[in-house]
Amino acid sequence: MGNNITQTIQTVPLNHYILLSAIIFSIGVVGVLIRRNAIVVFMSVELMLNAVNLLLTAFSVYKGDASGQVFVFFVMALAAAEVAVGLAIIVMIYRNTHSTDINVLSRLKW
Amino acid sequence: MSTFYFIAFLSIFFSLLVIFAKNPVHSVLYLILTFFTFTIHYILLNAQFLAVVNFIVYMGAIMVLFLFVMMLLNLNKETEPGKHYLAKLAGVIAGGCLLVTLVGSLKAYKLSAPVILHDPNLGLVKNLGKVLFSEFLLPFEISSVLLLSAMVGAVLLAKKEPRATA
Repeated sequence: MGNNITQTIQTVPLNHYILLSAIIFSIGVVGVLIRRNAIVVFMSVELMLNAVNLLLTAFSVYKGDASGQVFVFFVMALAAAEVAVGLAIIVMIYRNTHSTDINVLSRLKW
Repeated sequence: MSTFYFIAFLSIFFSLLVIFAKNPVHSVLYLILTFFTFTIHYILLNAQFLAVVNFIVYMGAIMVLFLFVMMLLNLNKETEPGKHYLAKLAGVIAGGCLLVTLVGSLKAYKLSAPVILHDPNLGLVKNLGKVLFSEFLLPFEISSVLLLSAMVGAVLLAKKEPRATA
Protein backbone atom coordinates (compact mmCIF):
# COMPACT_ATOMS: atom_id res chain seq x y z
CA MET A 1 0.00 0.00 0.00
CA GLY A 2 2.85 2.35 0.85
CA ASN A 3 4.37 1.81 -2.56
CA ASN A 4 1.10 2.69 -4.30
CA ILE A 5 0.84 5.98 -2.43
CA THR A 6 4.42 7.02 -3.07
CA GLN A 7 4.18 6.21 -6.75
CA THR A 8 1.40 8.72 -7.19
CA ILE A 9 3.73 11.62 -6.40
CA GLN A 10 6.60 10.48 -8.59
CA THR A 11 5.52 12.59 -11.51
CA VAL A 12 4.71 15.83 -9.68
CA PRO A 13 7.47 18.36 -10.39
CA LEU A 14 8.98 20.23 -7.46
CA ASN A 15 7.93 23.46 -9.21
CA HIS A 16 4.30 22.73 -8.58
CA TYR A 17 4.84 22.28 -4.86
CA ILE A 18 6.64 25.65 -4.75
CA LEU A 19 3.82 27.22 -6.77
CA LEU A 20 1.13 25.82 -4.47
CA SER A 21 2.96 27.03 -1.35
CA ALA A 22 3.51 30.48 -2.89
CA ILE A 23 -0.19 30.81 -3.74
CA ILE A 24 -1.34 29.81 -0.25
CA PHE A 25 1.27 32.05 1.40
CA SER A 26 0.03 34.98 -0.70
CA ILE A 27 -3.58 34.19 0.25
CA GLY A 28 -2.47 34.38 3.90
CA VAL A 29 -0.79 37.76 3.30
CA VAL A 30 -3.94 39.10 1.61
CA GLY A 31 -6.01 37.84 4.55
CA VAL A 32 -3.81 39.70 7.03
CA LEU A 33 -4.10 42.88 4.94
CA ILE A 34 -7.85 42.97 4.23
CA ARG A 35 -9.52 41.62 7.39
CA ARG A 36 -10.16 43.63 10.55
CA ASN A 37 -11.19 40.83 12.91
CA ALA A 38 -8.09 39.94 14.95
CA ILE A 39 -9.00 36.23 15.06
CA VAL A 40 -9.30 36.00 11.26
CA VAL A 41 -5.92 37.75 10.99
CA PHE A 42 -4.53 35.04 13.24
CA MET A 43 -6.00 32.33 11.03
CA SER A 44 -4.33 33.92 7.99
CA VAL A 45 -1.00 33.71 9.83
CA GLU A 46 -1.70 30.01 10.40
CA LEU A 47 -2.27 29.62 6.65
CA MET A 48 1.16 31.15 5.97
CA LEU A 49 2.83 28.84 8.51
CA ASN A 50 1.18 25.82 6.90
CA ALA A 51 2.29 26.83 3.40
CA VAL A 52 5.88 26.94 4.63
CA ASN A 53 5.44 23.58 6.38
CA LEU A 54 4.27 21.94 3.16
CA LEU A 55 7.20 23.40 1.21
CA LEU A 56 9.71 22.20 3.84
CA THR A 57 8.24 18.70 3.65
CA ALA A 58 8.36 18.69 -0.16
CA PHE A 59 12.01 19.78 -0.14
CA SER A 60 12.79 17.19 2.53
CA VAL A 61 11.38 14.40 0.36
CA TYR A 62 13.07 15.84 -2.75
CA LYS A 63 16.47 15.88 -1.06
CA GLY A 64 15.93 12.66 0.89
CA ASP A 65 16.92 14.43 4.11
CA ALA A 66 14.86 13.97 7.27
CA SER A 67 15.98 17.30 8.81
CA GLY A 68 13.29 19.21 6.91
CA GLN A 69 10.52 17.19 8.52
CA VAL A 70 12.07 17.73 11.95
CA PHE A 71 11.97 21.49 11.26
CA VAL A 72 8.26 21.18 10.42
CA PHE A 73 7.78 19.49 13.79
CA PHE A 74 9.45 22.47 15.52
CA VAL A 75 7.34 24.93 13.52
CA MET A 76 4.21 23.12 14.70
CA ALA A 77 5.33 23.35 18.35
CA LEU A 78 6.02 27.06 17.85
CA ALA A 79 2.61 27.59 16.21
CA ALA A 80 0.87 25.95 19.16
CA ALA A 81 2.67 28.25 21.63
CA GLU A 82 1.97 31.29 19.45
CA VAL A 83 -1.75 30.52 19.19
CA ALA A 84 -2.09 30.00 22.95
CA VAL A 85 -0.46 33.34 23.81
CA GLY A 86 -2.13 35.21 20.94
CA LEU A 87 -5.63 34.06 21.79
CA ALA A 88 -5.02 34.97 25.45
CA ILE A 89 -4.06 38.48 24.30
CA ILE A 90 -7.21 38.67 22.13
CA VAL A 91 -9.38 37.61 25.09
CA MET A 92 -7.76 40.34 27.20
CA ILE A 93 -8.31 42.97 24.49
CA TYR A 94 -11.93 41.89 24.18
CA ARG A 95 -12.37 42.24 27.92
CA ASN A 96 -11.07 45.83 27.79
CA THR A 97 -12.64 47.10 24.56
CA HIS A 98 -15.57 44.68 23.88
CA SER A 99 -14.45 44.15 20.30
CA THR A 100 -11.78 42.26 18.36
CA ASP A 101 -11.47 44.96 15.71
CA ILE A 102 -7.78 45.66 15.15
CA ASN A 103 -8.50 49.35 14.42
CA VAL A 104 -9.29 49.82 18.11
CA LEU A 105 -5.65 49.00 18.78
CA SER A 106 -4.35 52.02 16.87
CA ARG A 107 -4.14 53.75 20.25
CA LEU A 108 -1.39 51.37 21.28
CA LYS A 109 1.31 53.74 20.06
CA TRP A 110 1.54 55.39 23.48
CA MET B 1 -0.49 12.51 -10.12
CA SER B 2 -3.97 13.89 -10.71
CA THR B 3 -4.70 13.32 -7.01
CA PHE B 4 -2.13 15.97 -6.17
CA TYR B 5 -3.69 18.54 -8.50
CA PHE B 6 -7.19 17.87 -7.22
CA ILE B 7 -6.08 18.23 -3.58
CA ALA B 8 -4.03 21.33 -4.44
CA PHE B 9 -7.11 22.89 -6.04
CA LEU B 10 -9.13 22.10 -2.91
CA SER B 11 -6.41 23.66 -0.69
CA ILE B 12 -6.44 26.92 -2.66
CA PHE B 13 -10.24 26.98 -2.85
CA PHE B 14 -10.76 26.48 0.90
CA SER B 15 -8.01 28.93 1.88
CA LEU B 16 -9.67 31.57 -0.33
CA LEU B 17 -12.95 30.86 1.45
CA VAL B 18 -11.17 31.30 4.82
CA ILE B 19 -10.24 34.91 4.12
CA PHE B 20 -13.42 35.87 2.23
CA ALA B 21 -16.07 34.30 4.50
CA LYS B 22 -18.09 36.98 6.28
CA ASN B 23 -18.85 34.96 9.42
CA PRO B 24 -15.70 34.20 11.51
CA VAL B 25 -17.08 30.80 12.56
CA HIS B 26 -17.35 29.81 8.88
CA SER B 27 -13.73 30.94 8.49
CA VAL B 28 -12.66 28.54 11.23
CA LEU B 29 -14.58 25.67 9.67
CA TYR B 30 -13.05 26.33 6.23
CA LEU B 31 -9.63 26.51 7.89
CA ILE B 32 -10.19 23.03 9.33
CA LEU B 33 -10.96 21.77 5.80
CA THR B 34 -7.79 23.47 4.52
CA PHE B 35 -5.72 21.72 7.18
CA PHE B 36 -7.34 18.43 6.21
CA THR B 37 -6.17 18.89 2.62
CA PHE B 38 -2.67 19.61 3.97
CA THR B 39 -2.82 16.32 5.87
CA ILE B 40 -3.60 14.57 2.58
CA HIS B 41 -0.59 16.31 0.99
CA TYR B 42 1.63 14.95 3.76
CA ILE B 43 0.26 11.43 3.21
CA LEU B 44 0.95 11.74 -0.54
CA LEU B 45 4.55 12.70 0.34
CA ASN B 46 4.68 9.64 2.65
CA ALA B 47 5.44 11.90 5.64
CA GLN B 48 3.26 9.79 7.90
CA PHE B 49 4.44 11.24 11.21
CA LEU B 50 3.75 14.79 10.05
CA ALA B 51 0.35 13.79 8.71
CA VAL B 52 -0.65 12.38 12.10
CA VAL B 53 0.78 15.37 14.01
CA ASN B 54 -0.91 17.82 11.63
CA PHE B 55 -4.20 15.99 12.10
CA ILE B 56 -4.00 15.91 15.90
CA VAL B 57 -2.29 19.22 16.72
CA TYR B 58 -3.70 21.53 14.03
CA MET B 59 -7.12 20.10 13.32
CA GLY B 60 -7.64 18.99 16.91
CA ALA B 61 -5.98 21.28 19.41
CA ILE B 62 -5.46 24.60 17.61
CA MET B 63 -8.81 24.63 15.84
CA VAL B 64 -10.68 23.75 19.04
CA LEU B 65 -8.87 26.66 20.72
CA PHE B 66 -9.99 29.03 17.93
CA LEU B 67 -13.60 27.82 18.04
CA PHE B 68 -13.62 27.97 21.84
CA VAL B 69 -12.42 31.58 21.93
CA MET B 70 -14.90 32.54 19.22
CA MET B 71 -17.82 31.00 21.09
CA LEU B 72 -16.58 32.46 24.39
CA LEU B 73 -16.48 35.98 22.95
CA ASN B 74 -19.83 35.42 21.18
CA LEU B 75 -18.42 36.49 17.82
CA ASN B 76 -20.54 34.16 15.72
CA LYS B 77 -22.41 36.99 14.06
CA GLU B 78 -21.34 39.26 11.25
CA THR B 79 -20.34 42.29 13.27
CA GLU B 80 -17.20 43.09 11.34
CA PRO B 81 -17.65 46.55 9.81
CA GLY B 82 -15.27 45.82 6.98
CA LYS B 83 -12.38 47.91 5.84
CA HIS B 84 -12.70 50.70 3.36
CA TYR B 85 -13.05 49.56 -0.24
CA LEU B 86 -9.75 51.16 -1.27
CA ALA B 87 -7.86 49.55 1.63
CA LYS B 88 -9.15 46.11 0.57
CA LEU B 89 -8.19 46.75 -3.04
CA ALA B 90 -4.70 47.85 -1.96
CA GLY B 91 -4.34 44.69 0.15
CA VAL B 92 -5.33 42.41 -2.72
CA ILE B 93 -2.99 44.22 -5.11
CA ALA B 94 -0.10 43.99 -2.62
CA GLY B 95 -0.68 40.25 -2.16
CA GLY B 96 -0.91 39.80 -5.93
CA CYS B 97 2.40 41.60 -6.38
CA LEU B 98 4.02 39.29 -3.82
CA LEU B 99 2.67 36.26 -5.68
CA VAL B 100 3.88 37.59 -9.04
CA THR B 101 7.34 38.21 -7.56
CA LEU B 102 7.55 34.70 -6.11
CA VAL B 103 6.33 33.04 -9.32
CA GLY B 104 8.66 35.21 -11.41
CA SER B 105 11.69 34.23 -9.37
CA LEU B 106 10.58 30.60 -9.64
CA LYS B 107 10.40 30.91 -13.44
CA ALA B 108 13.89 32.44 -13.55
CA TYR B 109 15.32 29.54 -11.56
CA LYS B 110 14.60 26.56 -13.77
CA LEU B 111 13.96 23.67 -11.42
CA SER B 112 11.42 21.13 -12.53
CA ALA B 113 12.78 17.75 -11.49
CA PRO B 114 10.01 15.49 -10.19
CA VAL B 115 9.76 14.83 -6.46
CA ILE B 116 10.85 11.22 -6.06
CA LEU B 117 10.89 9.45 -2.74
CA HIS B 118 14.16 7.52 -2.75
CA ASP B 119 13.85 6.15 0.78
CA PRO B 120 10.32 5.01 1.69
CA ASN B 121 11.23 5.08 5.42
CA LEU B 122 12.07 8.79 5.35
CA GLY B 123 8.94 10.16 7.00
CA LEU B 124 8.28 7.33 9.44
CA VAL B 125 8.36 7.82 13.20
CA LYS B 126 11.37 5.54 13.66
CA ASN B 127 13.58 7.46 11.26
CA LEU B 128 12.44 10.92 12.40
CA GLY B 129 12.86 9.99 16.05
CA LYS B 130 16.46 8.97 15.44
CA VAL B 131 17.22 12.34 13.83
CA LEU B 132 15.24 14.30 16.42
CA PHE B 133 16.91 12.75 19.46
CA SER B 134 20.47 12.76 18.14
CA GLU B 135 21.03 15.77 15.89
CA PHE B 136 18.27 18.02 17.21
CA LEU B 137 18.27 17.11 20.89
CA LEU B 138 19.10 20.60 22.18
CA PRO B 139 16.41 22.40 20.09
CA PHE B 140 13.93 19.76 21.22
CA GLU B 141 14.66 20.48 24.89
CA ILE B 142 14.52 24.24 24.26
CA SER B 143 11.13 23.87 22.59
CA SER B 144 9.84 22.26 25.78
CA VAL B 145 10.93 25.41 27.67
CA LEU B 146 9.16 27.49 25.00
CA LEU B 147 5.92 25.56 25.49
CA LEU B 148 6.17 25.91 29.27
CA SER B 149 6.70 29.67 29.06
CA ALA B 150 3.85 30.00 26.54
CA MET B 151 1.56 28.13 28.95
CA VAL B 152 2.53 30.38 31.88
CA GLY B 153 2.12 33.47 29.69
CA ALA B 154 -1.32 32.41 28.43
CA VAL B 155 -2.58 31.75 31.97
CA LEU B 156 -1.20 35.07 33.24
CA LEU B 157 -2.66 37.05 30.33
CA ALA B 158 -6.12 35.51 30.43
CA LYS B 159 -6.42 35.80 34.23
CA LYS B 160 -8.77 38.52 35.43
CA GLU B 161 -6.88 41.48 36.87
CA PRO B 162 -7.70 42.32 40.47
CA ARG B 163 -9.81 45.46 40.63
CA ALA B 164 -8.00 46.80 43.72
CA THR B 165 -4.83 47.67 41.82
CA ALA B 166 -6.65 49.27 38.88
